[in-house]
Amino acid sequence: MSRVSPVTAVLEIAGLQKTYRSRKGMRRALDGFDMTVEAGQVHGFLGPNGSGKTTTLRTLLGLIKPNGGQMAILGRAVPEHLPEVAGQVGAIVESPQFFGNFTARDTLALLAEAGGVRRERVDAVLELVGLRDRDKDRVKTYSLGMKQRLAVASALLKEPKLLILDEPANGLDPGGIREMRTLVRNLAETGMTVVLSSHILGEIQLICDSVTIISAGRRVAAGSVADVLASHTSSTVKVRLEPGIDPRRAVDLLRANGAQVTVDHDHFIIGNAGNPAQITRILAEREIYVSELTPVSADLESVFLELTGTAPVEGQNRQVDQTAMAPASGGWGQ
Amino acid sequence: MSLYSAETKRLTKRRFTKLFLLGVTLILAAVAVGMFFTNQKLGPEQIASAQAEAQQEYQRSFDQFGRDLANCQAAQGKPRAADWPPKCAGMTAPTPDQFEAAWFMPPTFDFREKFPDMVTTLGALLALVAFIVGASFVGAEWSSGGMMNLLLWRPQRLRVLGTKLAALLVFFTAVTVVISAVWTAAFYGIAEARGSTESLTSGAWQSIALMELRGLALVVVAGAVGFGLASLGRHTAMALGLTIGVVIVFQFGLGTVLNMAGVKFAEAYLIPIWLIAWMNKEVKVEDFNSCDFSSSAGCRPDSLLLTWPMAGGLLAGVFVVVVVASMWAMRSRDIT
Repeated sequence: MSRVSPVTAVLEIAGLQKTYRSRKGMRRALDGFDMTVEAGQVHGFLGPNGSGKTTTLRTLLGLIKPNGGQMAILGRAVPEHLPEVAGQVGAIVESPQFFGNFTARDTLALLAEAGGVRRERVDAVLELVGLRDRDKDRVKTYSLGMKQRLAVASALLKEPKLLILDEPANGLDPGGIREMRTLVRNLAETGMTVVLSSHILGEIQLICDSVTIISAGRRVAAGSVADVLASHTSSTVKVRLEPGIDPRRAVDLLRANGAQVTVDHDHFIIGNAGNPAQITRILAEREIYVSELTPVSADLESVFLELTGTAPVEGQNRQVDQTAMAPASGGWGQ
Repeated sequence: MSLYSAETKRLTKRRFTKLFLLGVTLILAAVAVGMFFTNQKLGPEQIASAQAEAQQEYQRSFDQFGRDLANCQAAQGKPRAADWPPKCAGMTAPTPDQFEAAWFMPPTFDFREKFPDMVTTLGALLALVAFIVGASFVGAEWSSGGMMNLLLWRPQRLRVLGTKLAALLVFFTAVTVVISAVWTAAFYGIAEARGSTESLTSGAWQSIALMELRGLALVVVAGAVGFGLASLGRHTAMALGLTIGVVIVFQFGLGTVLNMAGVKFAEAYLIPIWLIAWMNKEVKVEDFNSCDFSSSAGCRPDSLLLTWPMAGGLLAGVFVVVVVASMWAMRSRDIT
């Protein structure tokens, strides 16, 4: 098991383990999970349903007791020293949950008082998340998106150094999602470190500096967004043939050589082209000439689906815990 | 301290708390108003009226006796004689002392005699409210996710739950002290206007004060037990459901089984008798299927005396078990 190093990472998790026991048996939710978030980053935390994301966040925040591993927030080991750093950590975990009969203002004022936060912060965060004019309404009258805004407001009350947001865009309208994106970016610019868990991978790609991808309780990828994308872009290429040439012959030829080919109307994609020169060579030997051969830059969604093995397969119904580990590196043609 | 004051505000801001306190206030006011209007102060006029009514009743009974005796004597030697005692023997005339004027007195509120029942009423009502509000206070926090939110702010589980419990118990202590004072003053006033306060000695006041203190302890234990059960089950319904289950299983089910099995002192296994023992200082449970013979008093049923220290021990035991269990669960459980 790796060790938590004494670096100044805002968040460090090493070898985290959590096993749930029930009458149905044991289920390993976290299996030696590692994660590091550097100061000032917006860090995306991704994983399919049931992969261990929320368990990780709950464990980090002291709500769940781990079976093994080490964690540190702002350089302090948790959960031992969690009370000392809790004032610098703002978090929402899973869906926003508040007492429905209280107003948003009451909810935030009580939290501020319980946490020893200045009351002026209540007005500031209500303004920030756009709930100023609805602050005296009961929370139970709020839409999911408004509750989400209130949850973010509660997490921001403390002016935290580390902000953990679990699905903050859940329930937000498109305008709200954009506002949330801007808010997160603005917060990061003030020096706040933000850990963002979301299934809206386009958003993550837009606003995150780095990501950690978890699958089946283990880290399957980590690093800057660019690095993670780059490590999965080299093997996919787009091939277009000279006009007038029947692509079926080329596709059959490439498939016969082990290529994973997806045909589009005027081109085809080869998913495991480790060495693109092989494509031109094989086709040229049969006098089929390529007019375009370009690497396809993967988006985060395709990388995520590939790494977690959760891409939909025609004719199959994937179950919640059903994943496949990332394939070995390399590919056809190498 | 900030957590404590926040929890006190959270408790008092809750609509549930306000509604229940308003409800219990209305019920208590209705009891007090009812007692005021159904009692009268006894003066010479009421005593004279009662004596006159007792005399009238005696006269009616005496006249009736005269008619009955005449009918009996007239029936002798006829078939109707069977309707009367043989030879009209044993028919005795009523005497004036058999008709006590006290029977015809209007109800009057004798503070020393009747106020203890009012203290028990107050204690039972406030204990019920404390149980339900206590259960809801923490149960709603668990089921709404508020507890998890709070723990994200204050990741000190025992401190958070302990502070919540302290806020609840201090609040109900204050409510009980204030309402008890108002209740005592109200019934003192009712006794002054519609009864008597004459027999009140310092000893009687002391006894009433101690009884009210026991009532306060009952309220505190009920609040803590409701809170603890709801926290264990992470839902208000856990405490309320368990209570309904206990009432059905133990009070009706167990009571019936014990009676059918002829268990000695079956009542002692049921909760109400212990509450009565706690509030009234003692209660005697008798076994009417037994004979404790003495040559001077003859056959008397066996009895078991339940005293307030015994009942207090039971209350303290329940309090400790439930609170410790809820704290232990809070400390060790995963909050998912």
